[in-house]
Amino acid sequence: MFQVRIHGRGGQGVVTAAELLSMAAFAEGTWAQAFPSFGSERTGAPVAAFCRFSDRPIRTREPIATPDCVIVQDPTLTGHVDVLAGLRRGGWVLVNSTAPVTLGSEHATVLAVPATQLAMRHIGKPVPNAALLGGFAALTGRLRLESVLSAIRDRFPARLAEGNIAAAREAYGIVRAQRKESVDA
Amino acid sequence: MRRQIEGSRAVAETVARCRPAVIPAYPISPQTHIVEALSELVKSGALAPCEFINAESEFGAMSLAIGASAMGGRTYTATASQGLLFMVEAVYNAAGLGLPVVMTVANRAIGAPINIWNDHSDAMSQRDSGWVQLYAESNQAAVDLHVVAFRLAEELSVPVMVCMDGFVLTHAVEPVDLPEQSTVDAYLPPYEPRQVLDPADPVSIGAMVGPEAFTEVRYLAHVRQLDVLRALPRLAGEWAALSGRHIAAVQPYHCAGADTVVVALGSVLGTVQDTVDTLREDGVSIGVLGLTAFRPFPAAEVASALADASRVVVLERAFAPGVGGIVSADVRAAVPGVPLHTVVAGLGGRPVTSASLRETFLAAVNGRLTDLTFQDLDHDLVDRELGRAAKQRRSGPVAENLLADLREARR
Repeated sequence: MFQVRIHGRGGQGVVTAAELLSMAAFAEGTWAQAFPSFGSERTGAPVAAFCRFSDRPIRTREPIATPDCVIVQDPTLTGHVDVLAGLRRGGWVLVNSTAPVTLGSEHATVLAVPATQLAMRHIGKPVPNAALLGGFAALTGRLRLESVLSAIRDRFPARLAEGNIAAAREAYGIVRAQRKESVDA
Repeated sequence: MRRQIEGSRAVAETVARCRPAVIPAYPISPQTHIVEALSELVKSGALAPCEFINAESEFGAMSLAIGASAMGGRTYTATASQGLLFMVEAVYNAAGLGLPVVMTVANRAIGAPINIWNDHSDAMSQRDSGWVQLYAESNQAAVDLHVVAFRLAEELSVPVMVCMDGFVLTHAVEPVDLPEQSTVDAYLPPYEPRQVLDPADPVSIGAMVGPEAFTEVRYLAHVRQLDVLRALPRLAGEWAALSGRHIAAVQPYHCAGADTVVVALGSVLGTVQDTVDTLREDGVSIGVLGLTAFRPFPAAEVASALADASRVVVLERAFAPGVGGIVSADVRAAVPGVPLHTVVAGLGGRPVTSASLRETFLAAVNGRLTDLTFQDLDHDLVDRELGRAAKQRRSGPVAENLLADLREARR
């Protein structure tokens, strides 16, 4: 079982991101489950969504308390939401940020990707979710970039899909380069 | 074909393949995605002929459903929570008239305090309305139950509620095998009503009945519910032959030989089964009994599944204030003499975690569980309010007091 928790704010496509991850995992022949944190999703309010993949059918329905990976769509959340809560040792954190972040986690790989910038450039809207999913593929190696892109393609109308795919591709490249740097260092 | 799909969408597409003639509905969270999807399918012509009516209220929706069904049309609607309560008078009438309406209840708590999250308070409030109630443990089960529900409803002229946990199932995206149109058509023949309003052959439906026959009409409704228990295995068997998927009134999981059996219904069953698996690995003799049918209550099947149990834990997502468990009462009647513990969990959307379940089940196994337990109850929060109420007459509104205490604790 691999578990992902996505933090963000209402309007940033947090729930869509979790659903897209599950679609990508499904396309790879894995069992996957995505669900939101069941709140009233008001624009701007902190929201979370969850995605699990497994080699076996998934029965549990509890929210993900011990994620293998955390995706933070809005870095301003880290001041008042414990985004790292329960993160597994050796886990991954991907933060939407233009500057490097540490979050004080010594037992996890934390990387930043300027997902909002990428979204603005490729889609013209500050919706960072697709870019972060490209970054997720590079960071964790749990999904192929092609599966993520294909999930994006199936979800959005052609033009919007194109922009999101370009953002995801670029984020994938950025995170891969950072990963390589940290391995070389 | 297996698809990665949202529960609401999967149910909407399945209902569409059941070819309803009329869908009167009023949107309410967490049912909204289902009726939205169906209205799109009607508008696009994918579901035709079908009349989708955006009713002015839930009372209107169920009243329209009664009229449509009495006219001989296959009728479907969906609701939740306060919406179900708002249509209650018509809900009882649909059952009393023996009209085979199928309704999804996307289970949600009932206010006050207002709460949009999942529990079973809404459906449980209608347990004695005369509707069949089937509870889905997954979106796959929800899909299969809807197809069987139409067949069951129409064969026996009873309305059927398919209960699926709001948000937990309706908003979950997971793999679901959606039945092909040809499969549904092979299973579900065109609706042939037992009674119909037909100008060429006029009848009156909904007569006033006095003491001379009211008992008999009501008794026949009871007989029809008992017929459901007999018909369900046959209809489920036919569906299994076509779809390869099995549904049953009760679903035993490692019940044979288990000292402790946990009885539960709805989406919590998966987490309960996972928890029980880890306990069994530790050598604990424990099993699970999932209830799919709650109305009619499959007492004989429950008794047989619990035959080896020396202790029963009933996990409930609703309760009767001043009494305790709702499901517990029926389980106790099915297995008199077996010690039974009621655990109320997951009210108003509180997550039911495997960690808490494990603690609860171990307490049961070790004889430490009380007759009625509220899992994960915040005792400090409760005690503070009780203290406030004891100290002063005008202690204020309870819900707001508790929220203020929580805000203060966070500071």
